[in-house]
Amino acid sequence: MNKHLLSVDDVTPDDVATLFATAVEMHDVQHRSVKKLPALRGRTVVNLFFEDSTRTRSSFEIAGKWLSADVINVSAKGSSVSKGESLRDTVLTVAAMGVDGLVIRHMASGAAQQVSQWTDAVVVNAGDGTHEHPTQALLDAYTLTRRLGGLEGRHVAIVGDLTHSRVFRSNVALLTKLGARVTVVAPPTLMPAGVTAWSEAAGFATSYDLDAVLPTADAVMMLRVQRERMSGGFFPTAREYTVGYGLTRDRLGLLREGTPILHPGPMNRGLEIAADAADAAGSAVLDQVSAGVAVRMSVLYHLLAGEGSVA
Amino acid sequence: MSEPLVITGASVLGGEPRDLYVADGVLVDAAPAGARTIDAEGLVALPGLVDLHTHLREPGREDAETVLTGSRAAAVGGFTAVLAMANTSPVTDTAEAAERVLDLGRAAGLVDVQPVGAVTRGLEGHELAELGLMARSRARVRVFSDDGRCVHDPRVMRRALEYVRAFGGVVSQHSQDPDLAGPSACCHEGELSGRLGLPGWPGIAEETIVARDVMLARHTRSRLHVAHVSTAGSVEVLRWAKAQGIDVTAEVTPHHLLLTTDLVAGYDPVYKVNPPLRPDEDVHALREALADGTVDAVATDHAPHARHDKEHAFGDAAFGMLGLETALSVVSEVMVTSGAMGWADVARVMSQTPARIAGLEGHGGSLAVGSPAHLALVDPAAAVTVDRDASVSLSRNNPWHGRRLTGAVVATFLGGRPTVLDGALV
Repeated sequence: MNKHLLSVDDVTPDDVATLFATAVEMHDVQHRSVKKLPALRGRTVVNLFFEDSTRTRSSFEIAGKWLSADVINVSAKGSSVSKGESLRDTVLTVAAMGVDGLVIRHMASGAAQQVSQWTDAVVVNAGDGTHEHPTQALLDAYTLTRRLGGLEGRHVAIVGDLTHSRVFRSNVALLTKLGARVTVVAPPTLMPAGVTAWSEAAGFATSYDLDAVLPTADAVMMLRVQRERMSGGFFPTAREYTVGYGLTRDRLGLLREGTPILHPGPMNRGLEIAADAADAAGSAVLDQVSAGVAVRMSVLYHLLAGEGSVA
Repeated sequence: MSEPLVITGASVLGGEPRDLYVADGVLVDAAPAGARTIDAEGLVALPGLVDLHTHLREPGREDAETVLTGSRAAAVGGFTAVLAMANTSPVTDTAEAAERVLDLGRAAGLVDVQPVGAVTRGLEGHELAELGLMARSRARVRVFSDDGRCVHDPRVMRRALEYVRAFGGVVSQHSQDPDLAGPSACCHEGELSGRLGLPGWPGIAEETIVARDVMLARHTRSRLHVAHVSTAGSVEVLRWAKAQGIDVTAEVTPHHLLLTTDLVAGYDPVYKVNPPLRPDEDVHALREALADGTVDAVATDHAPHARHDKEHAFGDAAFGMLGLETALSVVSEVMVTSGAMGWADVARVMSQTPARIAGLEGHGGSLAVGSPAHLALVDPAAAVTVDRDASVSLSRNNPWHGRRLTGAVVATFLGGRPTVLDGALV
């Protein structure tokens, strides 16, 4: 396994199998009354968040604490430019305190990769701009693997604001790496630049027609659509978006019974996902959150614990 | 005053080797008495290079570059004149500001520093700056540019083009429609930016402005200069415009002739520049356009930045890269070594045409007897590996670091006075 987890490119299918095997063990820990393993005792993990994120930060914090690491949250909200300090200085300052792991969230794409060049600490990308969110993809793949029994040959639809989504970028890379067939669905204005060439090279499909994709989907991943995209002219109204690309109650009928429905949260109920879909029998939204802790425990363990047994 | 010189065996503009004689800063037709001899055997003599597009950062960001340190970098690069862009702090939008830059250049005394005036007050794009007063000032400003920003309002652009005709001025446009990309655009929009999740500028954001402006130039019968052309589509528009007889010229930077957008894949802000590095097909179109004259000149867009302004996330880091010291080597490597151009062509695109566009008297000649002895000696066979730490610029945002290039400036003379000898400042 690579030293850092900056991108899905850092893990091989074998690495993923290892991470998932450990995550299963970690998942069991979540259901114990005493949720504490000594694996990272004496290790210090800093959650360095330049962008607000309650759920990802909490998930990493819990994961680190259950592994007995000392976890410190550093909120460096706002770009370093506005504070007059360079990103490099901010990172060197934190790292100089003697940090073993740096979990970084930044609003700019590529930030985690840059940070990894400036510090000896292990860097875990907790979301960089619209680039990647590799632990989200791992927890999504873990959730799907548990639900579907495997990903090989399974058809996963990823629907929504692809242009601005790091969840999409990490997921399309990981799911195809693990043998799934992926179709991404969005209006043309929310497809990333150059997606035609990209999809051909990377082996995923694109579609503007959600209704045509859903009947063959083994799982559906809905992405958050920010309302401010309307002012950017990406689509006319929320109503029109929902009619075209929302997972509405009517569209649930196009899915096979129990098809897993994923959403990275926070959900815009009524916009990209109807309440009936979010709360449907197949909804995996809360499974994702729970898997998030287990998968992040596994990631922190493998990157920070060195040799030795898990529990 | 400069001492008399005999420069022996130089291949003048790539022609047969001969001797050049300099007395009182002027090229003369016989060896002057008591002349110092400079052996130029194997070297190419070019008229001193002229850069239409330099950022010297003074006043305002003297930690990144000053007129003096930028002049040093220019001299090392074989330049004898540079046009200093107006986006300093304060902006060069008054006669006084322009004269100040002129005077700083004279005090440095290494190259002729010709200020560029802002088109609009404060580069804000709304009201014309005092173009006429800058033109009438001691600085004799003839080139006007809001570079760093596009003169986006078509009404303002039209008026500027019309107004500067009164004094033979030209508007150098940073062609980039800000509405065709988000405010955070930071690289070329294409497959790679889509994968990297970096907001990009599509080529069309440049091309629509080039197209609009050549039509405005046709309508106003004014002279337009397109700064740092970066796309094949812009080249097409320029080719068409020139065929119509529209009075338009264009420059390309050395980096757009060689570096491509895939360099941003590692998120290294040294490759963050505006206009952005483009794909291979654009690079090839630009080379072809430079060779066939559709693009008239090479200009560096030398943009020094303090180290800490580049040590941000890619999206937050400053735009721009160094260029003065390496420009000739890049053009040599890309255009001459490949056989696409000869040294007379290099003289045309890096000295004569830029001097004509800028209206700079005394620069951009053909090393004819009687003209000021502004010249550069180039070793066409020298292989150089660029070392950013060897730069005389104050900044280190050097995208050429570690690159091997063929062809190097050995000496530079400003009015017969050597500013650089053996590749080092005198």
